[in-house]
Amino acid sequence: MSALGPVGTIIGYALREGLRRRIFAVVLALTVAFLVLYAVAAHFAFRDVQSFAAGQGGLIDPVSFTGSTIFGLAMFSILFLGAVLAVFLTLGVVRGDAESGLLQPLVVRPVGRSVMLLSRFAGAGLLATAYVLCVYFACLGITTTAGDWSPDHALGPGVGLAFAVAIIAALSILVSVFLSATAQGIAVFMVFGAGLVAGLLDQIGQAIDSGTLHSIGQVGSWVLPFEGLYAGSLHALVSDTSGLTGFVLQLGPFGGSEAAGAPLIAWSVIYAAAILTVACWGFRRRDL
Amino acid sequence: MSAALSAHGLQKSYGGKRALDGVDLEIGEGELLGLLGPNGAGKSTLTKIACGLVSPTDGGVEVLGHAAGSREARAEIGYLAELFRFPGWATSDELLTLHQRLAGSPGGEAERSRLLDLVGLADAAGTRVEAMSKGMQQRLGIAQALIGSPRLLLLDEPTSALDPVGRRIVREVLDGLRDSGVSILLNSHLLTEVELVCDRVSILVGGRVVREGRPSELVGPGGVKVETGTGTKVFEGRTREDVPGIVAELVAAGEEIYEVGLRHASLEEIYLDAVGGKTG
Repeated sequence: MSALGPVGTIIGYALREGLRRRIFAVVLALTVAFLVLYAVAAHFAFRDVQSFAAGQGGLIDPVSFTGSTIFGLAMFSILFLGAVLAVFLTLGVVRGDAESGLLQPLVVRPVGRSVMLLSRFAGAGLLATAYVLCVYFACLGITTTAGDWSPDHALGPGVGLAFAVAIIAALSILVSVFLSATAQGIAVFMVFGAGLVAGLLDQIGQAIDSGTLHSIGQVGSWVLPFEGLYAGSLHALVSDTSGLTGFVLQLGPFGGSEAAGAPLIAWSVIYAAAILTVACWGFRRRDL
Repeated sequence: MSAALSAHGLQKSYGGKRALDGVDLEIGEGELLGLLGPNGAGKSTLTKIACGLVSPTDGGVEVLGHAAGSREARAEIGYLAELFRFPGWATSDELLTLHQRLAGSPGGEAERSRLLDLVGLADAAGTRVEAMSKGMQQRLGIAQALIGSPRLLLLDEPTSALDPVGRRIVREVLDGLRDSGVSILLNSHLLTEVELVCDRVSILVGGRVVREGRPSELVGPGGVKVETGTGTKVFEGRTREDVPGIVAELVAAGEEIYEVGLRHASLEEIYLDAVGGKTG
């Protein structure tokens, strides 16, 4: 049996399970609804901001302001939808499936537990990141079409967002080793929420010049690096925008005050690898 | 006869509760061993250790010379859990294909058809698991366990959801597998089933083997039963050699003899005696 054999088989099994459980159908329907609503919102936002900006004395570039704000909102929605998909694709992968009796017939096969777990992560991670990139570029196309605006960097923020969702998938796999499916879902979404709150605290800290809040946000970004990657992606949208427009955007609710530098990216890779290593270790030791 | 499965001083504790307490057990190649015991006796734990799902606290199990749970050992076994579930969306054929790939079985379509036919599901290749009865799923589980022609089959209550026809099919499958040299560990509460198919029986109580042997050895002489004019008389513990003396004694006492027979203790009686009325 080649090394790719069982890996490909388990990835295929995970994908077919997702397809047959209608996860994809639900996500696809929600995504289409989101894209339609986003297109409508982008159209009216760009149209109406012109009349609003006419009375503002030209201090802020209305197109950049509208484009980055509404696209930042889209990025948040994509992160959320991607996180939902990642969690559902990894729901009950270990303890949940073991409790229902689904896992044992697979684990007794001569495929290592680590190979099995990493393959499940690969399947969920590939699918969730591909989804994020597709929706990201769809929203980018809509935004550019509706308002003739494009971000300062197009590819980097999408990749950062996809990486953030891959980290959420890895966290979800880890939690699945120790908690049953329902508890796993709740725990991962609470961690996801905690990361977003840390990011908002960082934003608020920057706005009111609070070192404490800024520090809390910074620690949150390193402890839960998906948030740092998300904030870095938002920052990259307007990183080259200068003047008052750039300043206001970076402090806004969908702005990113910190770039995702090389240290954070390197840490994110190490973090994901460490999370998966601990998950494999826990799975190998677990009685089924 | 070399051992297909060999357990030595096997112990397993869950927290403070001891599930296995020094079990020594062997299954020879081509042997069918029935594992009996009340609920909670440790039968499923022993089976799970043998297939690498559970780690022992102490002692060990070897499967055909390999440490239980190792890749080499898992390549030699087929397993059906007591509580199992297959993905409802998969058809029988898809499920068996999945297990062929994971087991590295080159059997292809021919193996899948043969196994489905063997367990009486030849017409259900395209049927989804969610559309199957529990009995059909259990037979599909046996077919799944036979993927890759395992040399050791570990079956945990494989007939619990089957009707009499299904049980007979499984019995015939087990007979055929044993004849072809496959070793089988059969956990079951169905004592008549075990008595009919097993070469040897082990009775586990409280995590220990309390009785072991061939069914014919275990169910030894149960006495002599005599139908007389005044009713049935049972002479416990007597053997065939005692029959002439018993008959002479009764005739001398004026009894009329209508029928004389040897009585055998059933496996159920042996089991109940061994477990001392315990239930899990």
